[in-house]
Amino acid sequence: MIISIPKESYKGEKRVALTPESAIQIQKLGHSLRVESGAGNAAEFSDADYKDAGVEVVSGDAIWSDTDVIMKVRGVSESEVDKLSAGTTVMSFFWPAQNEELLAKLAKAKINVIAMDCVPRLSRSQKMDALSSMANIGGYRAVVEASNLFGRFFTGQVTAAGKVPPAKVLIIGAGVAGLAAIGAAKSMGAIVRAFDTRLEAKEQVESLGGEFLVLDFEEDGSGEGGYAKTMSKEFIDAEMAMFREQAKEVDIIITTALIPGKPAPELITKVMVESMKSGSVIVDLAAEQGGNCKLSKADKVVTHKGVKIIGYTDLPSRLATQSSQLYSTNLRHMLTDLTPEKDGQFNWDMEDDVIRCSTVAHDGAVTWPSEPPKLSAAPAAAPKPAAVVEPAPELSTAQKAKMTFAALGAGVLALLSVGSVAPPDFMSHFTVFVLACFVGYQVIWAVTPALHTPLMSVTNAISGIIVVGAILQISSPSGLVVFLAFIAILIASINIAGGFLVTQRMLKMFNKG
Amino acid sequence: MEMGTISAAYIASAVLFILSLSGLSNQETSRRGNWYGIIGMAIAVVATILNKNVDAYGWLIFAMVVGGAIGARVAVRVEMTQMPELVAILHSFVGMAAVLVGFASFFDPTLDLYGVEATIHNVEVYLGVLIGAVTFTGSVVAFGKLSGRVGSKPLLLPMRHQLNLGLLVLSILLGWWFLNAGHDGGTLPLILMTLLAFAFGVHMVMAIGGADMPVVISMLNSYSGWAAAATGFMLSNDLLIVTGALVGSSGAILSYIMCRAMNRNFVSVIMGGFGTTTGGGEEEGEQGEAIAIQADEVAALMSDASEVVIVPGYGMAVANAQHAVSDLTKQLRDKGVNVRFAIHPVAGRMPGHMNVLLAEANVPYDIVLEMDEINDELNEVDVVVVIGANDIVNPAALENPNSPIAGMPVLEVWNAKTVIVSKRSMATGYAGVENPLFFKDNTRMLFGDAKDSVDAIRSAV
Repeated sequence: MIISIPKESYKGEKRVALTPESAIQIQKLGHSLRVESGAGNAAEFSDADYKDAGVEVVSGDAIWSDTDVIMKVRGVSESEVDKLSAGTTVMSFFWPAQNEELLAKLAKAKINVIAMDCVPRLSRSQKMDALSSMANIGGYRAVVEASNLFGRFFTGQVTAAGKVPPAKVLIIGAGVAGLAAIGAAKSMGAIVRAFDTRLEAKEQVESLGGEFLVLDFEEDGSGEGGYAKTMSKEFIDAEMAMFREQAKEVDIIITTALIPGKPAPELITKVMVESMKSGSVIVDLAAEQGGNCKLSKADKVVTHKGVKIIGYTDLPSRLATQSSQLYSTNLRHMLTDLTPEKDGQFNWDMEDDVIRCSTVAHDGAVTWPSEPPKLSAAPAAAPKPAAVVEPAPELSTAQKAKMTFAALGAGVLALLSVGSVAPPDFMSHFTVFVLACFVGYQVIWAVTPALHTPLMSVTNAISGIIVVGAILQISSPSGLVVFLAFIAILIASINIAGGFLVTQRMLKMFNKG
Repeated sequence: MEMGTISAAYIASAVLFILSLSGLSNQETSRRGNWYGIIGMAIAVVATILNKNVDAYGWLIFAMVVGGAIGARVAVRVEMTQMPELVAILHSFVGMAAVLVGFASFFDPTLDLYGVEATIHNVEVYLGVLIGAVTFTGSVVAFGKLSGRVGSKPLLLPMRHQLNLGLLVLSILLGWWFLNAGHDGGTLPLILMTLLAFAFGVHMVMAIGGADMPVVISMLNSYSGWAAAATGFMLSNDLLIVTGALVGSSGAILSYIMCRAMNRNFVSVIMGGFGTTTGGGEEEGEQGEAIAIQADEVAALMSDASEVVIVPGYGMAVANAQHAVSDLTKQLRDKGVNVRFAIHPVAGRMPGHMNVLLAEANVPYDIVLEMDEINDELNEVDVVVVIGANDIVNPAALENPNSPIAGMPVLEVWNAKTVIVSKRSMATGYAGVENPLFFKDNTRMLFGDAKDSVDAIRSAV
């Protein structure tokens, strides 16, 4: 299939849907690629880079014609719709819930749409989860933007000019963006606190070095697909009370709270903003969906009584090279799933959860919203009791001693009974045998496990000592005995020579670094 | 040479053999240990040849030269991945030699014993031949299984326990016949018993599956020692007794260590058939989905890590990937990544198998650690790469009391930040148990032949 990547038309959008790196991988699937001249400039990918990766560079509107697939970051605009011919597939962010009219129009024009924001959250589809990729970047960038407007260090220092306390950062919502923000803020040296209604987030927050704030309240906010759900009023009250306390204390608040398909919950009220220290910074990652902070404005920085509130909605685009890389990798994985045969032909398998959910328009019909996938990693029906395998019942020392004595007793009895009938000659050999067993026992336990193979080959070689027996027999007057002894010497010699030499060979290999 | 001198020589070689084994307690002294063994053997053989009763030098030297040449040739040629086979076939030689020496001793006209002494000698002959014969065929079958000439699946005949019991009873009866038959009539029961023991050896090892091989090989190692010791009794030769006892206890201890590493008892391994009695590990059902990863992503993960642990298993030996693994290790260590190896006691097909393979590929032994040395540190490791291993990293052993491998000590790799599992497919391991490790959130599957995968990672690093 011919896949074309036009320049992003949305104002200020710096990302691009294809990087030269992923271009190489996509071509291995049997597709041919075209990119509009200058499409990658803002993300630091030049036309020459694309050419080197085997991508055809096309100028102007020619990119829209004679193509099977269009890959974009932002959804197609009204003006771009007209440039599409029937049967073309568009792969981009689409937000079907907000763009139902456009979706209907595209479906009518027989244009297939794969919305990268509709990829379901399954372990299998993580590699194409563009929302997570972008959220990760957004979370990181939020910290960078906050530090940019924050007048102090993040890390605490004791300098010759005085002591600097570390900045305190509160992160609300520990999803992908929140976790990325925790990691970034922590690595800059700040004290990081985080809150999430989903109790399962606690472990993740703590693994990044953040402190998880716990409400004294029994309610878990885990909703479907790993997202949060709306909480009860009592819970929200308790939550707000905690935010009020925290607002007085922290220097930076980063909010990432979103509930799918609903306006962002308002978590930071005007009163809370006013209670913050002057110079504090709030980054509202939900500004596009109405904002978690009462005062935030999309794409703007608002200053209210000394507190700066950042409402940028283009954080991923501000890190264009990185986001282009991740996004184009997400697209590549989607293409890999669509072309399982690697023959450059799409296999539109609607039985596949990932493909079905992310396809929002297909063959002239709107296929959104589709039936959500069954969770494959279903939450265990009942939490299994911490199953610890019981160790074999330990014997008490007294029991052990008893058993040892019993064994010893039996051994002595057996020895006595043998001794009572056996001739003294036998008994002296028997003494040697028992003592040798004990020596062997002591010596072998000292052997390091790394040398167990050489141990086996060397014991193999020395058990060739049986040759001694055969040597004594070979001078017998009986022909049969000579013959048997001859064979025995022959094979025992193989053993001796082979065993020692191969041990030598192995031991030579063991070298210290 | 006088008997006194010969005895002194035998004492010297017995001491040298003990020193030889104790030399293996660590890598630095191990080569010296092997030399002690060689010297001990030389002293013993020369002293025996100089015994005044020995005069058939022609045959003797001919046999030793031919045997020695064959042995040397094999030792130089053998691939390190074939070590288990070599060890198995060498065991069979000891077994066969014990059988031959036993028969020769029985037929030896110069030996003139009466009364209790004759009976004891006959018992010794009988036991020596019995153990030798079982060792012989058992080792041959083990060799066949290890070299792929015989399928490694356990062969489970119906009524196999009864069959074994029957064979045992039959050999006791034959022994009784043998002892009461007098010298001339004893040949038939002795031959019958030998055939019976051959059959028993075959049946016993056929019933044991591939991954239980470490136990089987150790056990056969032990048997070959007991066979030598029994021969020593039969010939009233203390050197043989001492050496046989040393080897016998060595093998027995190794078997014990291997069994403990699998949390199984010796008897159940020998009885053969894995998981046939325990069962009940299958009700787990849907486990979730495994996440695949590409070699270049693995390379990036490993390059960015500061602590990497590689867990090799039999799959690495099969794919002959140890050299590629070693090169990868070198590349990463040059970049400042601390790469180490974690070896489970039963990884591979014989005790210490992985250590030898890694040593062959020039991996320094001080970064190759035992399970107990590294298990507690795994939670600080960034990336664990499991190459061709399955059951030895299965969390079910600790978490699921119904699992057939419950209680087996395993490498707790899932505590690391990321686990990469290089495997040919999602197939279960030897124990036939699903491995929940593959479905953990921090696990990524790298499908493909171990060597190709490692090579791909290496070129991407």
